[in-house]
Order: sequence, then structure tokens, then C-alpha cells
Amino acid sequence: MLANVPHRQPKSSKAGFVPYIFLAPGFLLFVVMIIYPILRALQISFYNWGVFPGSTTTFLGLHQYVREFHDPVFWRALENSTFYTIFTVPFQIIFGLMVALLLVRKIPGRGLFRALFYIPVVTSWVVVSLLFKFLFSTDSGFVNWILHTLHLSSHNIGWLDTRWPSMITIGILGIWKGVGWSMLIFLAALMGVPETLTEAAAIDGAGPWRTFISVTLPSIRLTLSFVTIMLVIGSLNVFTSAYIMTGGGPQQQTEVVLSYMYHQAFNFLDFGYGSALAFTLAMIVFAISFVQMRLFRGGVSRVVR
Amino acid sequence: MITGSKGKKITLRTLRYLTLIAGAAIMITPFLYLFATSFKPQLYLFEIPPQFIPKHPTLSNYTDAWTSNSFGHYFANSVFVSVVSTGVSALLSAMMAYAFARFNFRGQNIMFWMLLVGLMVPGMMLLIPQYLLANQLHLIDSLIGLIVFYVATNLAFNTFLLRGFFEEIPWELEEAMIMDGAGPFRRFFRLILPLSRPALATVSIFTFLACWDEYVWALTIINDPSKRTLPIAISIFQGQHLTNWGLVFAASTITIIPVILVFAIFQRQFVRGLTADALKG
Repeated sequence: MLANVPHRQPKSSKAGFVPYIFLAPGFLLFVVMIIYPILRALQISFYNWGVFPGSTTTFLGLHQYVREFHDPVFWRALENSTFYTIFTVPFQIIFGLMVALLLVRKIPGRGLFRALFYIPVVTSWVVVSLLFKFLFSTDSGFVNWILHTLHLSSHNIGWLDTRWPSMITIGILGIWKGVGWSMLIFLAALMGVPETLTEAAAIDGAGPWRTFISVTLPSIRLTLSFVTIMLVIGSLNVFTSAYIMTGGGPQQQTEVVLSYMYHQAFNFLDFGYGSALAFTLAMIVFAISFVQMRLFRGGVSRVVR
Repeated sequence: MITGSKGKKITLRTLRYLTLIAGAAIMITPFLYLFATSFKPQLYLFEIPPQFIPKHPTLSNYTDAWTSNSFGHYFANSVFVSVVSTGVSALLSAMMAYAFARFNFRGQNIMFWMLLVGLMVPGMMLLIPQYLLANQLHLIDSLIGLIVFYVATNLAFNTFLLRGFFEEIPWELEEAMIMDGAGPFRRFFRLILPLSRPALATVSIFTFLACWDEYVWALTIINDPSKRTLPIAISIFQGQHLTNWGLVFAASTITIIPVILVFAIFQRQFVRGLTADALKG
């Protein structure tokens, strides 16, 4: 940072309307397309929203939220989203950190490895969801063939036929696609850990594990909290993979919160209930993020800036 | 003693490479299989054991995708939408970032906080009201509807990234231009933008990839087959041609290649953008 350079026009000089001209086009669009819909989302969830011209819209108060409470599919969807989060977040962190630790030294081929691990992250969710659906097909699927060849399973597993195997498959895709992202963030943080620190620990006779626990891990604590918070938010918002791989089926067994929301809104045209579902999830996400930020005090500034 | 520790070092190094190669193999094998399958005729899709080098390779999946399934048209739609959204978003966010980085004005704090909220709110939460809005504005089934939305959703992130970069540009440079009688617009277009090429590249790559891969919004507002973008087209290929995976993966390959090219060429800018977000503050 160039700390001593005054970055702004001095206050005394007349900026007048100039900054507003720079802001106007972008900010107007932002308010119309993002801020206004946030308020509308809450409003719609209090109504039985009439979608077709001429149909009536009636105020229902908190009815949609009460309905959620008594809706077994909503609870199952919430359970599935939670399972996805608990299953994918730890593995993304552990594998991401492991690969980052292996790549932190300037070894030959580092750039190539980094790129290979990152390619799934930049590939579209649609493509990888279809790809995994194909790899995990029951008869003559690639994964079942491997399990068979390694004598790990004698019959073909119907990965996407029932609830839990489906959730595991969707989770495996999530981990596979997400490892590269956490690797890259951890790598940047690890490169910021002064080598003198780890060397000092080694001179004091600490083994690599000990050095990792008592020197490396504490110095990347803030990054660890940032990654955790971002991954939890991302996992609770899982949609495309579930929607494409199982479509929430069979019999809504593998519905996640957002796929259920999508079905309610755009298949059953129940916009009011869909909005209530979306808003509930947003509140859950905010609450969990808030608790996490409190837990890892200091992580806040990372997320905010 | 010395040879012992050297031997240990070599073992560790081998172990490191073996682990990395195993990991990279898990990351890449699915793509290799996708690529191989895209050259297989329908009849040989589910051969056991799986073939990574097709025994009966064919280009028919590609020609089918391109000719009888108007994939070229969808490709053009995706290019148009992604390029225009990226350009407009980069310009609008650069302008906003300049205002935040260089001026003091009334409402600055509240506007800044609104942008933060936009950054944190989960995108799909707004799907229903955004759909209703698009309906009112006659943006359903239009590529402009996609562009307007893509520009808006990428604004907050891009503005933050660019603001951070602009603040590092020494004010003296602008002062010198003011001495020469340059107004704010000349300073912005002649000084700030040219100096910020690396940051603009980062922002553009992120926005481009986000638009290129976007699925949910396009799924929601596009029904007219002639307005489909690649992700929609591919997901529909899968439904239409119930098990014609060769066609699906030929289309997927065509979709992935630009992404991998962009990523390979701009890897440095990419990494910088990601880590700027995570490590600042």
C-alpha cells in the first residue's frame, strides 16, 4: 500500500455531481435488479401470488412459513442440503489444504498441477453434472466397472436410484469440483507464511506434523475461516447438480431446498411458497454465517472485503 | 549418514509426486472419458471395459450437434451474451469503482453497504422476483434479458475488485493531469483505465466464465429454442435424445474448450483475482 499518498480528491475541491455521473448507470441497474428483488422476495412470500393475468393475489401473512413447517418434503430437502454441506465442506478443506501443502514449494510442474486441479472449478455445472450422471450410471457405468474390477462390489450399484446413494454421488461431484478452489486460496495463504517461522520450528526439533499444527495452521487461521464460511454458504445453495442428476426424484426423495423451491415456483407456479422457501434458506445461511464469523472472530473482515 | 538423509529426501519427493499425480488423475480422468465418449458411435457407448481410445471413432456426434441440432446457433448466442455482458459489466463497474475510490460524496457509505449486501445475498433467493421483473420489462425469451441480468449480478464483485486496484494508483498522476486541465472523464478514460489493464483483465475473465457457464437464469427465462445458450442446449440434448451421450459430450467438449483456453492463457490474472478477494483486509 502506498500509505502516504492521498487517494481522494481533497474534500474542499468541488466534486459536485461528478461522482454521481460515474455511479448512475451501474448503480441504477444494481438497485433495480438486485436490491428491489430482495425486498420483493420477502413481500411475495406473504401472499398467495397470482401468476396468470386476472388471477387474484391474496395476503396470507405468515401462512406460507407455517405451511413449510408442516411440509415433510421441505424438511427432507433441508436434511438433504444439510447432509450435502456436512459431507462436502470438510473434504474440500482437507483435500484442498493437502494439495496446497504439496504445491507450496517451487517444484517442477507446479503450474501444471495447479491448473489440472483447477479445471473442474471453471467447467460449467451443467457439463460436470451430466458427466457424473453418466459415470455413475447403474449398468455399464464407469464407476461401477471400477468397483467391480477392484472386487469392491459384486453387483452394480444404483447410485442415482435411491435417496442416500444419490446424495453421496451429488456430494462426490461437489467435492471433486470444489477442491481446486480451496487449494488455490490455501496456496496463496501458505506462500505468505514466512519461511523463517517453519525453519525455526525445524531447528527446534519439531517434525513436519508438529510444525504444521503449531506454526503453519495458526498462521493461516483467517484463511481457513474464510474458506469454511464461503464453502458452507455455497453448499447450502446447492442446486444445479441435484436438479440435473436426479431432478429431486425418485418421489422427491433427493430434493434439496433450492430444487424444491424451483419446482414449487416454476413447475407448480406457486410463487408465494417458493419465495418463502428461498427466504427461509437465506435466513438460515445468514444465521450460520453470522455464528461462524463470531466463532472465528476476525474472519468477518475477510468476507466483507 | 549423509547418503541416508539424501535417500530420505528422494523418497519424500517421490511420495509428493505420486500423491500429486494420483490426485490430478482423479481430476482429469472424467474429462478424458468425456472426450473419448464424444467420438463413440451410439452403439459402443457402454462398452465394458470402458474404452479411453474409441475402437470405432466417429465424428458424427460433432457433425450432428453442429448441423441437425443447431448447436452453432447456440454457440453464437453464448458468445454474444457473454462478450456483451463482460464488456458492459467491466465498464459500469469501473465507473462505479472510480467514484468510490476517488471521490467523497453524500450517500457513499450507504451505497457501499448496499453493494456489500448484493455481494453476500445468495443469487437464487432472488430468482422469483427477478423473473416477475423480467416479465414486466418484457425481457422473457430475449438475449437482452440474459445480458441485463448477467451485468447486474457481476457488478458488486467487479466494483470491489476494481476499487481496490484504483486506490493503489497514486493521486499525483491525476493531479498532474488536472494541472494540464483534464476533467474527471479524461482522467478516467486516459489514465485510470489504461493503467488498470491487469485488473480489468481479471474482472473480464471472471465475468466471461460466469456468463458462459450460467444455467439457472437462462433455464428460467428462455423457452424459445432459438434463444438458447450452450448450458441450456446441452441439458436439453440430454432430455431429448434420451441416451445419446455421444452427442451430449460432443456438445460439452465444444463448450469446455474455450473455457480451458481462456483459463490457460490468463491463469495469472485469474489467480490474482481469486486471492485478492480472499486475502485482503
